[in-house]
Amino acid sequence: MSDVDATIRKVLETHGRLPVSASALKDDDDLYQSGLSSHASVNVMLALEDAFDVEFPDALLRKGTFQSVAAIREALESLGVVVGPG
Amino acid sequence: MSAEGFRRELLKEGLLQDGGVAGVYHRSFTFEGIVRGVEALVSAAGGNEQHQQLFFSPVMARSTLVDSGYLTSFPDLIGTVSSFAGTEAELPVLLEKVNSGGKWDELLSPTEVTLCSSACHSIYPLVAGTPIPADGLRYEVQSFCFRHEPSSDPARMQSFRQHEFVYLGTEGRAREHREQWLQRGCDLLAGLGLSIEVVVANDPFFGRAGQLLAAGQREKALKYEIISPITSEVPGAISSANYHEDHFGESFGLSMVDGSVAHSACIGFGLERIALALLFKHGIDVDSWPAEIREALSLARDVHSAEPT
Repeated sequence: MSDVDATIRKVLETHGRLPVSASALKDDDDLYQSGLSSHASVNVMLALEDAFDVEFPDALLRKGTFQSVAAIREALESLGVVVGPG
Repeated sequence: MSAEGFRRELLKEGLLQDGGVAGVYHRSFTFEGIVRGVEALVSAAGGNEQHQQLFFSPVMARSTLVDSGYLTSFPDLIGTVSSFAGTEAELPVLLEKVNSGGKWDELLSPTEVTLCSSACHSIYPLVAGTPIPADGLRYEVQSFCFRHEPSSDPARMQSFRQHEFVYLGTEGRAREHREQWLQRGCDLLAGLGLSIEVVVANDPFFGRAGQLLAAGQREKALKYEIISPITSEVPGAISSANYHEDHFGESFGLSMVDGSVAHSACIGFGLERIALALLFKHGIDVDSWPAEIREALSLARDVHSAEPT
C-alpha cells in the first residue's frame, strides 16, 4: 500500500466513525454503504486537507469525492498529491 | 418591480411598518388577516388525519438548539437570549457601560432559553423517551422562528412564522408524508393563484464544510422547496418539504416500539412569505383581490382600520 493510501485509511479510521476497520475496506468499497454519514464525511474531508496540506475546491466538495478509498486517492492526485508505488 | 420598490409600496400602504432594524417589521391587522387566512387553509389541508396540534412558545430550551444540530450547522443564523445575572454590587458597572454607550451586552450571560430555530425542533424533546408506535406520530405545529439574516427585503424577516405538518415513524412513511404534503402544498398554493415551482434545494449550512453537507442534501433530494415570486419576480421559497432521515431520531434518542431509530419528515409553510407572495401577485389593495381568493382566505372588507399615516 502506498503512503497516501495508508494515510487515507488512517484518516477514515480516526474520523470516519465506521463500524468496520478502515484497513478491512477494499479500494472500491462504497464508504457510505459501509456507514460513513454526511457529518462524518465532513470531518474526514477536513482531516484529509490537514494531512495532505491541500484544500478541496468547490467542485470537489461533493459526495462522490469521498465515495471510496480509490475516489479519495484520485481526488488527491488531481490536487497534486503524488501517490507513490504501492 | 424590485424588492425595494415593493417594500416601499407595502410600507406606504401601511401593510408593514419598519421595526427600526433591518428585517424587523410590524404587521397591520390587514396583513395579519391574510396570514391567518393562509394559516386556516393550511390547517384545513390536514384533512382527515389525526394530529397533535401545538402552538409552540417562541422561545425554546437551549438544549433543543444544541440537540437539533442547528447550532453547529447554522451558527450564523441562531438567536440566543442573554440577561444580567450579576448582583446589586455589580450593577454600577452595567449602568456605567449603558450610560457611556459602551458594550453593556458583554456583561450579560446566556439564559436557559433561545429563540426558536425551526417549528418542528420543539416536537422532538417532547417525544424523546417514549417509544413511538408502529403507525408513527403526526403533529401540526406553528411557531415564530428566528433567523439572523438582517435584510431590507421583507421576504427575509428575522422573525417569522412556520406552520408545519410533521411525521415521526418509519422511513417509508416519512418519505410518503413528505411526498403527500408536497403535492398538497402545491395544490393549496396554486389554488391561491400563485405561480409556483418545485425545486430540489439545500439548507444554508455554514462554511466550506457546509458546502459538502449541502451537496449531500441535494444529491439525496432531502429538501424540496415550493418557490414563487415573493417581493419581486425572483422566486424564493414559500414552503419546504424535508425528509430528515434518522437525523433527529439519533440526536434526540427517538425510537420506535421495535427499537429502531425513528425517521421524520416535515413540510413547513412560511406564513409571512405566502402573505407577501399573495400581495405581490394580486396587488397591494387587498379589497380588490379576486373574490374567490378573498373567500378562500375568509377576508372581510376592511371597514374599521384608520387611514395609514
